[in-house]
Amino acid sequence: MKTVEDLKRLREQLHSQVRLRHDGGTQIIVGMGTCGIAAGAREVMTAVLDEIAKRKLSDVVVRQTGCIGMCEKEVLLDIARPGEPRITYGTVKPEHVPKIIAEHVVNGHIVEELVVGKLER
Amino acid sequence: MHELALHVLDLVQNSLEAQATSVWLEVSENTAADLLTIRVMDNGRGMDKQAAANATDPFSTSRTTRKVGLGLPLMDMTARQADGYLTIDSKPGKGTIVEAVYRLSHWDRPPLGNMADTVRTIIVANPELDFHYSHSVGQTVFSVSTQELKEILGEIPLTHPDVLVWLESYLKENTANLYGGVQE
Repeated sequence: MKTVEDLKRLREQLHSQVRLRHDGGTQIIVGMGTCGIAAGAREVMTAVLDEIAKRKLSDVVVRQTGCIGMCEKEVLLDIARPGEPRITYGTVKPEHVPKIIAEHVVNGHIVEELVVGKLER
Repeated sequence: MHELALHVLDLVQNSLEAQATSVWLEVSENTAADLLTIRVMDNGRGMDKQAAANATDPFSTSRTTRKVGLGLPLMDMTARQADGYLTIDSKPGKGTIVEAVYRLSHWDRPPLGNMADTVRTIIVANPELDFHYSHSVGQTVFSVSTQELKEILGEIPLTHPDVLVWLESYLKENTANLYGGVQE
């Protein structure tokens, strides 16, 4: 069984590796209002975290947010890469997550067929 | 929502929207008394008496994006259906305590569901939240807090891939252990 001691050992290993980036990474935001949760937001979030672990992405930040009024399009998942517009994906299912992470987060190509909004900045 | 763990996620999102910086989540399965109690306590902005009394009315909400708020009314309904109740104790400027009580053995009590995934989501997606989780089944207790994890990790973020893998196993194994052994 995993213990807190394992986490301490892990910390020592990671500490000796390359410096970790703290900011400037990509933000991944999942809508977690009642509407989002009922539509499967936790399962989408779990898929995001599993994909981060699998692809060893160390410069992403994961956030949750509330209802933004597009309840019929939940689960909503936003990707904001540094210096690029924030893209909102709608009716996201866990099985869409590997594609969004691979194409958008890693390679910078927006997955057009799932986009419901774009926020310029 | 088919799991009580999803209602828990919903309650914590309410706390976050009330600008809470600390949230305590307690799940207690008391087999002797046949009661399941879920309690979420926060230090958010709180509600006055009227707002707290209206919170389980679906047509009352503090949100500005829509005119209905279904989170608390749905949880209130599941508790009543399982011979239980939901109470809200809130003080403006102090915080809110939501408590949902269920008859543990009741036919209509929804399953607790995947608490490990709910807790991992809360911990990872809200790194600056001071979050405490305590889950007891009879005399066996599992508890974890972001504070203890962050003290160990130092500058290493909770979203580090290796930390995510550790956290998933840690939460899954320890919650399964409450029921007498590793499930699956």
